[in-house]
Amino acid sequence: MSRFKCLAAGLALALGISSAAQAADPLKAGFVYIGPTGDHGWTYSHDVGRKEVDAKFGDKVKTQGIENVPETADAERVIRDLATKGNKLIFATSFGYMNQMEKVSKAFPKTIFMHATGYKTGKNLGTYDVRTYEGAYMLGVVAGKMTKNGKLGVVGSFPIPEVIRNINAYTIGARSVNPKVSTRVVWVNTWFDPGKEREAALTLIAQGADVLMQNTDSPAIVQAAKEKGVYAFGWDSDMSKFGDKAHLAASVLHWGIIYNETVEKVLAGTWKPTPIWYGVKQGAVNIEAFGPAVPADVKKLAEERRDGIKAGTLHPFTGPLKDQAGKEFLAAGKSMPDSDLAKMNFYVEGVEGTVPK
Amino acid sequence: MLLEPRATPSRGMRLAAPLLAILLTLGVGALLFIALGKDPQEAFHVLFIGPLADANGWSELLLKAAPLILIAQGLAIGFRARIFNIGAEGQLIMGAVFGGGVAIAFQDSQSAWLLPTMVLAGAIGGALWGAIPALLKTRFNAEETLTTLMLAYVANLILSWLVSDPWRDPGGMNFPQSVMFGDAALFSMLFEGLRLNTSVFITIAAVLLFWIFVSKSFLAYQVTVGGLAPQAARYAGFPASRTVWLSLVLSGLTAGLAGVGEVAGPVGQLNLNISPGYGYAAIIVAWIGRLHPVGIVFSGLLMALIYLGGEAAQMALQTPAAITGIFQGMLLFFLLACDVFIEFRLRKPLEKRRAAALARKALP
Repeated sequence: MSRFKCLAAGLALALGISSAAQAADPLKAGFVYIGPTGDHGWTYSHDVGRKEVDAKFGDKVKTQGIENVPETADAERVIRDLATKGNKLIFATSFGYMNQMEKVSKAFPKTIFMHATGYKTGKNLGTYDVRTYEGAYMLGVVAGKMTKNGKLGVVGSFPIPEVIRNINAYTIGARSVNPKVSTRVVWVNTWFDPGKEREAALTLIAQGADVLMQNTDSPAIVQAAKEKGVYAFGWDSDMSKFGDKAHLAASVLHWGIIYNETVEKVLAGTWKPTPIWYGVKQGAVNIEAFGPAVPADVKKLAEERRDGIKAGTLHPFTGPLKDQAGKEFLAAGKSMPDSDLAKMNFYVEGVEGTVPK
Repeated sequence: MLLEPRATPSRGMRLAAPLLAILLTLGVGALLFIALGKDPQEAFHVLFIGPLADANGWSELLLKAAPLILIAQGLAIGFRARIFNIGAEGQLIMGAVFGGGVAIAFQDSQSAWLLPTMVLAGAIGGALWGAIPALLKTRFNAEETLTTLMLAYVANLILSWLVSDPWRDPGGMNFPQSVMFGDAALFSMLFEGLRLNTSVFITIAAVLLFWIFVSKSFLAYQVTVGGLAPQAARYAGFPASRTVWLSLVLSGLTAGLAGVGEVAGPVGQLNLNISPGYGYAAIIVAWIGRLHPVGIVFSGLLMALIYLGGEAAQMALQTPAAITGIFQGMLLFFLLACDVFIEFRLRKPLEKRRAAALARKALP
């Protein structure tokens, strides 16, 4: 009798294991990160998205994130290694991985590669991005209302279209509520370097800027603003715990929406390399975490603008818009097509200085 | 405690020091892994054995070691002469800019001469960037540790300007990078499916040439004497300025070659991320290799292995990326510490006092 039980248990176990192995054989998905997941900004927001995939798909997927992968030729080895180790879906979360992703995607035709913020695609290489400029626009609306002297500051990473677009959207948003506003920019030529970011923020504050935004990945700007008694925003993630009253609001990215959708399509076998560029409408970016310094009417105004973007009645880049020279580049009532947004390389009216060459 | 120079530093210990430094690094590394809650045995396996498990691993090792060894060969000549070029990163970038500039100027060329021309241009670019601090040193007595490092930042800004403006890929959506180089402008792959390319032969040739140069040439002897005993060198009539020029131009040249190897190799274009800091890492390589052409080969391979292992540990053990830097840093730190104790002896000043007291007692 006991032997029978033992046998039955053993059989059940064996069956259990084999059926589990059949049902599961989870989809392995690798994530390549530019910074540490503890940056509280860009990489953190991607890692939140990865965890949402874990939570939604359970044992159907097995995800893995690799942090601090430099945008050098070394990235190719990391991506290749992930592919060799059986990851059938690979997300690379920074622009500088583009050529490496393209090379490896050709060597592994059966693996699906997803590259964030780039523009090269292939049979098994897709791109995805969030319309971060919509977030920048909404922050700009708050900044325009909150600035006392009309001087805004932005800490920029690299002068690539994505970042220039965000600086412009921030300025357009601010000038929509306060036409006197001007924006200064300091470039740090890095995505993540809290020391440099902080220095840049202090420079802007010294020049008189009283509301800061950043297109870098750490909360150093928010911390600097708190110290100097000016305002700042959370970028990519909620950074309120670093700024207390200095933290006005945050443009929070929700990559999980894109990641979940992609994993679902890959599991169903319906994935295609269609470029993804999600914004407020799809819930991929939102203005959140309003601080105590923001009056209710300003918060309401920002949320109305958000609802306008969501409903499709408001586009941040809607004419009439002028460039720095005062020349109109977008006629009244027209909104800028994605193809032009993707390669933006000039400042709009209200931004000071020139785009660095 | 007092550090007192030893009369005759042990020759054997000087050769054993790198091994001792490696052992100390492993020891402290093991403690580090225990503190991180990882099994040190497993961690070391992932770090040092795992990356070499297959042909791809060896290919990656050589791909990474080649530029490190190449740059370190040039640096070592200067270090022997106490000329401290710490801006090899800038010379590498200028090599890449000169070599890459040729590739961009002749984008459509299929000529077999394109790549050799790029290599030559890269060597010239790096050498020129090394010649500037040499001029500043010989002419104005400007400290080369400062000028070489500052020029590395200048090189980076030049590169940044070039890829953002005149050399920007017109089809690249305004992103700061050049066009991708054509096949004629790239080193060819040695094996199907592996990234190792023919630029590794430049490094091999350089190792042989530097070995012959260091062991056979009178010039190298003069340079070394100039570093070890400047007054003796002056007395013997060895010109100091020639040492400066030779050291800086030669190390610039090798760094420039390494730069071409990167842009015409795994990178395949000019962009802002040409080098993961090879110019700086090569300084460690040169020291751990005891400034000897053959020693540098081993230390270059070791440093490359730490790069690969650190990455593998990140993937397999979820350790932080800082592991790579920590191990490389510890290695240099322990080596320099060993050197201190080979050159110097630790003495307690107390002994002196006690000896003095004894002497006083002995007197009536």
